[in-house]
Amino acid sequence: MLSRVAERVYWMGRYMERCENVARLVDVNTKLLLDLPRGVSVGWGTLVDISGGSDFYRRDLDSADERAVMRFLLADMNNPSSLMSSITYARENARITREILPSEVYTLVNDLYLYLKDRFPKGAARGERQALLEEVIEKVQQFTGMLAGCMSHNDAYSFLRLGRNLERADMTSRIVDVGTSRILTKALEETEANEPFENILWMSVLRSLSGYQMYRQHVLDRVNAEDVVMFLVQDSLFPRSVAHCLSELSEAFDRLPNSDNAQRVLASVRRQLKTADILQLIESGLHEYIDSIQSSIGEVHSEIADTWFLPQVQVTQ
Amino acid sequence: MQIDWREYESGEFYDELISSPGHPRKVSRNLAKYLASLSSEDIAARKHSAELAIKTMGISFTVYSEAGNIDRAWPFDIIPRVISQKEWKKTERGLTQRLAALNCFIDDIYNEQKIIKDKVLPAELLADSVNFRPECVGMKPAFGVWAHICGSDLIRDNDGSFYVLEDNLRVPSGVSYMMENRKVTKRVFPELFENHNILPVTEYPNQLFDTLAAISPRPLEFPEVVVLTPGIYNSAYFEHSYLAQQMGVELVEGSDLVVEDDHVFMRTINGLSRVDVIYRRIDDLFLDPEAFNPDSALGVPGLMRAWLKGNVAIANAPGAGVADDKVIYTFVPAMIKYYLGEEPILPNVPSYLCIDKKQRDHVLENLDKLVVKPANESGGYGMLIGPQSTKKEREEFAARIKASPRNYMAQPLIALSTNPIIDSKNAEPRHVDLRPFVLQGRTSSVTAGGLTRVAMRKGSYVVNSSQGGGSQDTWIVAEEDK
Repeated sequence: MLSRVAERVYWMGRYMERCENVARLVDVNTKLLLDLPRGVSVGWGTLVDISGGSDFYRRDLDSADERAVMRFLLADMNNPSSLMSSITYARENARITREILPSEVYTLVNDLYLYLKDRFPKGAARGERQALLEEVIEKVQQFTGMLAGCMSHNDAYSFLRLGRNLERADMTSRIVDVGTSRILTKALEETEANEPFENILWMSVLRSLSGYQMYRQHVLDRVNAEDVVMFLVQDSLFPRSVAHCLSELSEAFDRLPNSDNAQRVLASVRRQLKTADILQLIESGLHEYIDSIQSSIGEVHSEIADTWFLPQVQVTQ
Repeated sequence: MQIDWREYESGEFYDELISSPGHPRKVSRNLAKYLASLSSEDIAARKHSAELAIKTMGISFTVYSEAGNIDRAWPFDIIPRVISQKEWKKTERGLTQRLAALNCFIDDIYNEQKIIKDKVLPAELLADSVNFRPECVGMKPAFGVWAHICGSDLIRDNDGSFYVLEDNLRVPSGVSYMMENRKVTKRVFPELFENHNILPVTEYPNQLFDTLAAISPRPLEFPEVVVLTPGIYNSAYFEHSYLAQQMGVELVEGSDLVVEDDHVFMRTINGLSRVDVIYRRIDDLFLDPEAFNPDSALGVPGLMRAWLKGNVAIANAPGAGVADDKVIYTFVPAMIKYYLGEEPILPNVPSYLCIDKKQRDHVLENLDKLVVKPANESGGYGMLIGPQSTKKEREEFAARIKASPRNYMAQPLIALSTNPIIDSKNAEPRHVDLRPFVLQGRTSSVTAGGLTRVAMRKGSYVVNSSQGGGSQDTWIVAEEDK
């Protein structure tokens, strides 16, 4: 398979997954809003920060309101990680690689693009937002299912899988970051009876990752910070946990040629993840730890690019 | 309101569907009856469903003048254009004959040049040809074939017979739209396909692959064939991608290829991999910055060396465009006689060569009646349509013709036949042409029909997709004996 095409397919996987994850990130906040006690509100600027978009946010982050942030995260083409940017890039990559994808796949991506294009910026209003986000999540799930069920599990499929899981690992870590309370303008500790609200916060996080039931079955305990973070970061079975995504990367690497270096970088990230003491980190600074996961994921990406996208071409004479 | 064929009039023009108001042609009878049975709501609904299908299937075409919009939906009309199989068989023979003669000509021009020595073609025509590539002299491609893929434009005059308007031998496009038009029509009018014996058009990708595989320098069962595209900003990118997909081969850009030791390789995730055949959709001058335009970022340095050494096949071969020249075109009937010893089955449109003084004077005196074409443009660019031109345009053209007579030819304004399109729920006649695709390699084949291009505006003769023309599905239908 061509290196250029491999790169495009990988990015298509990433951008489609990013669509779903931006939808989930916005969703968790929308749900959270409804349950918060009076006096505690969502710091919208922090959401921009968590999404990784603060470099592109042109206005003052501290005074950002719901409307402006929703626009920025969903519809703004100047934000390269917005939902609209992601679907536009996903479609562009699908267009370039459509000859190696099942034809229904391009149709699906194109449909989603047209759907969003028709609805923005109107769809960012709170009344329509929920339906729109659900539609996005559903369509991306359909996309993933269609590839799993209709595309040969060849090299191109491995690159899609790499893109999807790398993006997902990154975004799950960002959504966990929402739970570190930085999102709330007034620290929960200052409010009376903070515990129920902390639970609300973590429940919203779980729900937005469709993980509430899986968590309950697995943990058998009420929702609490330590268990939720362990579940979302270290659990090996939940498909949106960081650890699971990284094990998917490892399996995809196994199917590709010349993967030793990438496998080595990944192994070190997985080791760090497994040995992390979450309880300790919650006390000392979970947010910094999550930042470090994100930068490790960035290193895995660089290794993928070095190995397959910019091959050091050896000529056999 | 329903379509009433008695009220449908194409005037003096030959109409593809009806022979006179109210009287559909024999092969179109079922279609006409069926269309007339639909209510206008029904027609509007089908039209809408076709538009939707085109949009979601992502069938697109780029119009360069529309900045920022790189994939405009493909313009399509739901009424098919019908041709009888009997007539088509003859046309097929004519097209195959024509391409065979053109290939003999190109091979001759780059080798012995007998046709010039025998004074059938004036030597100065070749000397001034902008598509003649001295780099190709002496090359002997497999089977003596230089143009493996040809798209010839056919038009039907008032007398009802087909004329060849031009032969596109460089990078003709449109074949993917032919196949997609059929898919859309099947979605929109499934019931018609039950009652008609319509020849399928799906064989083309297989035939194309066979043609390309046969010219591989390495005699492999499945040689590495690639489609070389200039990239997504090219107007026909959809087609490049479509053909690669349908043939199951790689779609490559110039930067994916590298020439080492006069062999062509592509950069893959496994390292370099040898390429045998390149179906290029890039013009000659952009193919290889070493041999041609040094600024070309689209091409592959060293590609010409690899080709001249016979280590890679290129289709159409570099230099094949020498025969895709509207002045050389006028000699095709003579070529058929000269090389094949046969009478041309398909006639040319009568033409005047500006290089000949007598003919040039005629052209200059009759600019308001003639269509003047530059020898080497395609896509309908740079033409003068006399009867629709202004005095200023005619004066400009007269000056250009006098400055370089070799580069212009003129033809009478041939009446194009009409076919109905749906215009605000009713059937209206619009001018059409037809572009069939002809393949030649070890064997030859012709598409069943081709791409019918239709001028969407009333009275307009401009059918080119690059100028906003539309298209219709083309049916080759076996005539029923009744």
